[in-house]
Amino acid sequence: MAEKKAEKKRAGKAADQGAPTGPAPAAGARRERPRQGGAPRERVAVRKTHKLYIGGAFPRSESGRSYSVASADGAHLANAALASRKDARDAVAAARKAFGGWSGRTAYNRGQILYRVAEMMEGRRAQFAAETAAAGGARRPEAEAEVSAAIDRWVYYAGWTDKVAQVVGGANPVSGPYHNHSVPEPTGVVAVLAPQDAPLLGLVSVLAPVIATGNTAVLVAAERAPLPAVALAEALATSDLPGGVVNLLTGRTAELAPHLAAHADVNALDLAGAGDLAAELEEAAADTLKRVLRPQQAPDWSADPGLSRITPFLETKTVWHPVGL
Amino acid sequence: MDGRPPAGGADAGAPRTGSPLEYAPAPESRAQVVLEPGYEPFIDGEFAPAKTGEYLTTWNPATGEPLAEVAVCGEADVDRAVAAARRAYETVWRDMPGAERGKYLFRIARIIQERSREIAVLETLDNGKPIKETRDADVPLAAAHFFYHAGWADKLAYAGLGRDPRPVGVCAQVVPWNFPLLMLAWKIAPALAAGNTAVLKPAETTPLSALLFAEICREADLPPGVVNIVTGAGETGRLLVGHPGADKVAFTGSTGVGRGIARAVAGTGKRLTLELGGKGANIVYDDAAVDQAVEGVVTGIFFNQGHVCCAGSRLLLQESIAEEFLDRLRDRVSLLRLGDPLDKNTDIGAINSAAQLERIRELAAAGEAEGAEAWTAPCALPERGNWFPPTVFTGVTQAHRIAREEIFGPVLSVLTFRTPDEAVAKANNTPYGLSAGVWTEKGSRMLWTAQRLRAGVVWSNTFNEFDPASPFGGYKESGYGREGGRHGLEAYLG
Amino acid sequence: MQQTAIAEAPASNRALRDFLHGLPGVDEVGVAKRAAGLATRSVKTTAKAAAIDLAVRMVDLTTLEGADTPGKVRALAAKARRPDPADPSAPPVAAVCVYSDLVATAVQALRGSGVAVASVATAFPAGRAPLEAKLADTRRAVADGAAEIDMVIDRGAFLAGDYLKVDEEIRAVKEACGAAHLKVILETGELATLDNVRRASWLAIRAGADFIKTSTGKVSPAATPQTVLVMLQAVREHRDRTGALVGVKPAGGIRTTKDAVRNLVMVNEIAGPEWLDPALFRIGASSLLNDLLMQRTRLGTGTYPGPDYFTID
Repeated sequence: MAEKKAEKKRAGKAADQGAPTGPAPAAGARRERPRQGGAPRERVAVRKTHKLYIGGAFPRSESGRSYSVASADGAHLANAALASRKDARDAVAAARKAFGGWSGRTAYNRGQILYRVAEMMEGRRAQFAAETAAAGGARRPEAEAEVSAAIDRWVYYAGWTDKVAQVVGGANPVSGPYHNHSVPEPTGVVAVLAPQDAPLLGLVSVLAPVIATGNTAVLVAAERAPLPAVALAEALATSDLPGGVVNLLTGRTAELAPHLAAHADVNALDLAGAGDLAAELEEAAADTLKRVLRPQQAPDWSADPGLSRITPFLETKTVWHPVGL
Repeated sequence: MDGRPPAGGADAGAPRTGSPLEYAPAPESRAQVVLEPGYEPFIDGEFAPAKTGEYLTTWNPATGEPLAEVAVCGEADVDRAVAAARRAYETVWRDMPGAERGKYLFRIARIIQERSREIAVLETLDNGKPIKETRDADVPLAAAHFFYHAGWADKLAYAGLGRDPRPVGVCAQVVPWNFPLLMLAWKIAPALAAGNTAVLKPAETTPLSALLFAEICREADLPPGVVNIVTGAGETGRLLVGHPGADKVAFTGSTGVGRGIARAVAGTGKRLTLELGGKGANIVYDDAAVDQAVEGVVTGIFFNQGHVCCAGSRLLLQESIAEEFLDRLRDRVSLLRLGDPLDKNTDIGAINSAAQLERIRELAAAGEAEGAEAWTAPCALPERGNWFPPTVFTGVTQAHRIAREEIFGPVLSVLTFRTPDEAVAKANNTPYGLSAGVWTEKGSRMLWTAQRLRAGVVWSNTFNEFDPASPFGGYKESGYGREGGRHGLEAYLG
Repeated sequence: MQQTAIAEAPASNRALRDFLHGLPGVDEVGVAKRAAGLATRSVKTTAKAAAIDLAVRMVDLTTLEGADTPGKVRALAAKARRPDPADPSAPPVAAVCVYSDLVATAVQALRGSGVAVASVATAFPAGRAPLEAKLADTRRAVADGAAEIDMVIDRGAFLAGDYLKVDEEIRAVKEACGAAHLKVILETGELATLDNVRRASWLAIRAGADFIKTSTGKVSPAATPQTVLVMLQAVREHRDRTGALVGVKPAGGIRTTKDAVRNLVMVNEIAGPEWLDPALFRIGASSLLNDLLMQRTRLGTGTYPGPDYFTID
């Protein structure tokens, strides 16, 4: 706590002072200069509270904690909720509750909703670009390109929802009077540790394939760059995505991930953002035989992902039925 | 909800048949549709007059009123359309990244959804089918078809058709009048997703929704020439499928015309898929869920006035339940509401053309002449327009013309069988092989029967279900090639 | 009015089981599709006005709470007599439905109104009580003046395959009813499958039900369109076989005019127009009534009314 306060104080000072010469302000901190009319006066911007996204609602952390999020060059951008073990527990419960409904929707309907997410993001391009630039220190054109790629990635997975079954499932020619076919099914609740280095494109790249097939997700945002994730949650909340399908936690990956890895009601784990914790988390997941997707070495988030992030979170169900009179 | 009750008194316009709940007329408004007096073909992104200077009239089959004049495209127009498609193929569409192509198709899907009311009303006006079908089936399925194929555009390598599948080129596509926009979607969506360009000819009697679709392509900023719509009658279709600049021909329509196209294409090297006629058998076993089977039989033959190539036009009833089943079937058919296609409570609309009505009448007369017994639903037919009442023929045998020839109208031929082997033998005893139905509560019997049916689509305990993810197409003289699903892409990839 | 045709008592549980399991199956997907199709029927203008008044006349205005009091029942009775004080042309409802200990209050409050008093009985809603208690409950309600008895079947016995027990209970309650009409509540939400709904419908009809009713209102799902559709098919088929007419009462979950009209459309097209009569179709509801009245007012005036203009009782 003490450390956090000190950090916040330092960063806060920088932001307070920095109107004309300070670092590029994040979207919430934008200042406007009204037209001349008497003494020039700056409008005081209304800043956004960055919250968690659990079960379709935006709560603060039950712990009441937050942490300072800084830009690449160290300036305070905002306070993000510092999620606790209990927030993680609530997120898992919300994800489980949403699983039946989401996985029971038609693939076409899920596709429509994922596409709607892309539409919502396209409408907020400027916000995403500003936050992505602030988070990663990227220049604006690069940030714009990352936003474009992230939007297109939703479109890409929107297209997979109703095709994956034909590509990985099918009829099996068994030797006997049986009809036999295999279908992929979502594995359940997936805990996803977002990559730490690609706060928007990496985030979307790990989240979209999980929910496309009907899984529900507990997503831990990149620890030092959670603001694009919060913005994404706000886009998700206006995309007809049922509450609880995606649950976002911001905070310390090292604090949250072990609880998720060990949680008996989590079915699978994507360790993309686990870093040094990966082996330890995989071991914790072994107790309940979770499906684990290990982190890639030097992942290229802009590459065509194919099915590589879809199939790890699918089960295959094979059905036999006699053929006869 | 519409506004106030009519001023004309309590029972204004409501016919009385004794039910305390006689539905009042509930017509869908035409206000969303603004018809031009005349329409030109859509070539290279523009609507420009056809070189022929000839026009045909498209009619509202429910009222006999003329709707619009539509250009008849001749050789020069088809040449121009094929050239535009070639240019678009080589300069923009073929080499555009799949993800970008896909986004155009997503746009088209969304615009169809946004303009759904307008399209549904227009389709009903031009075709005569009930508004509830255009609203609940044709238009949403067309949008779904574009949405589904949009997603394939950047995933073609996963379709199981080779690692680096390539488009075929310029596609010449001819669609029928029974599902004008939906058949257009079945043709254009996979073609474009795979990187081809298209020249499509809608049916002579139902060209308007295709021309509205052209407008949608413009609204979506689809590059000029990727989709071209040439209107006209049979001659325009012949020019199109015979054009040397077409790399692929796709046709949906009658088996007779399909045969001619297959002959014309022979030796040219063009790819060809054909979705033709049918004489689908709906087999009802004695253990079927009777009420739902009755419902499925009704859907099977009376959906879209029976203007459905995969209609369940032959009912094969297990003899032990035939009598009771037919009683229930006639009761149910008596409830069908025939009339104004724009009325939201209409189940049976108009026959699309006078020529088609003539054909239905001729075959129905043949059925009676050959000794089958006709029963007709007790519904009044409107005075104007083309109408045929729902009709059930019993006592039909395999030898009757109404058991062998496609009627393409609201006419059901009922035959009976004693054993499953006999049911399958009778079902397969036709040169067609498009669809079949099996009604039984026993899964193994269903699969046994499905395995033996020589038909491209077998519905069990349901009928006339369509989905863009599900391949559709026929065996034998019902054509070749599939549309929809992963399998449907094959026709458009080299 | 209906003539009941009580079938002969079955010889054994086995015989009854063979009959019930010999009924044709019900395909759930097909039923849902048919119900969805009928839900698109557009009932407008004159037809809507007729449907609304018919629906009001079919309402069994219901209060079945532990907190019910004589005061509450009297208020409900006043609402039943004259649902819309501002518009005397609004017809009264069919019946008021209360617990058996409040029947006498309801009878007194409704005297001379033509509105019947219905009473739930037989250890409603669970039905978990000895038969003697159920019969005593029934007799008390009838003695106090209930014209209609809404009994619950023993769902435990039904699901355990003891159809004979269910049958015998219905017959015994029917006898205890005397001249009162018997509505048999199947509690379809607990029967789980539409095959069971069809079997329970036939079981109840053959044992003497004047009405078959979907639900107690205490279990979800209650009167789904699919359930009502299957029950309507059962009474129609029973009529086709025997000529006797048995009524149907959906209860629970019908809250809006749209829901009610959709039910009437199903009655019209599945059972047939003769069931469009309060003698053969009832809707168990409470909040529905005011929605019907609001829609009724809107048809008359052309403007949307607000809920504060309709009385709450």
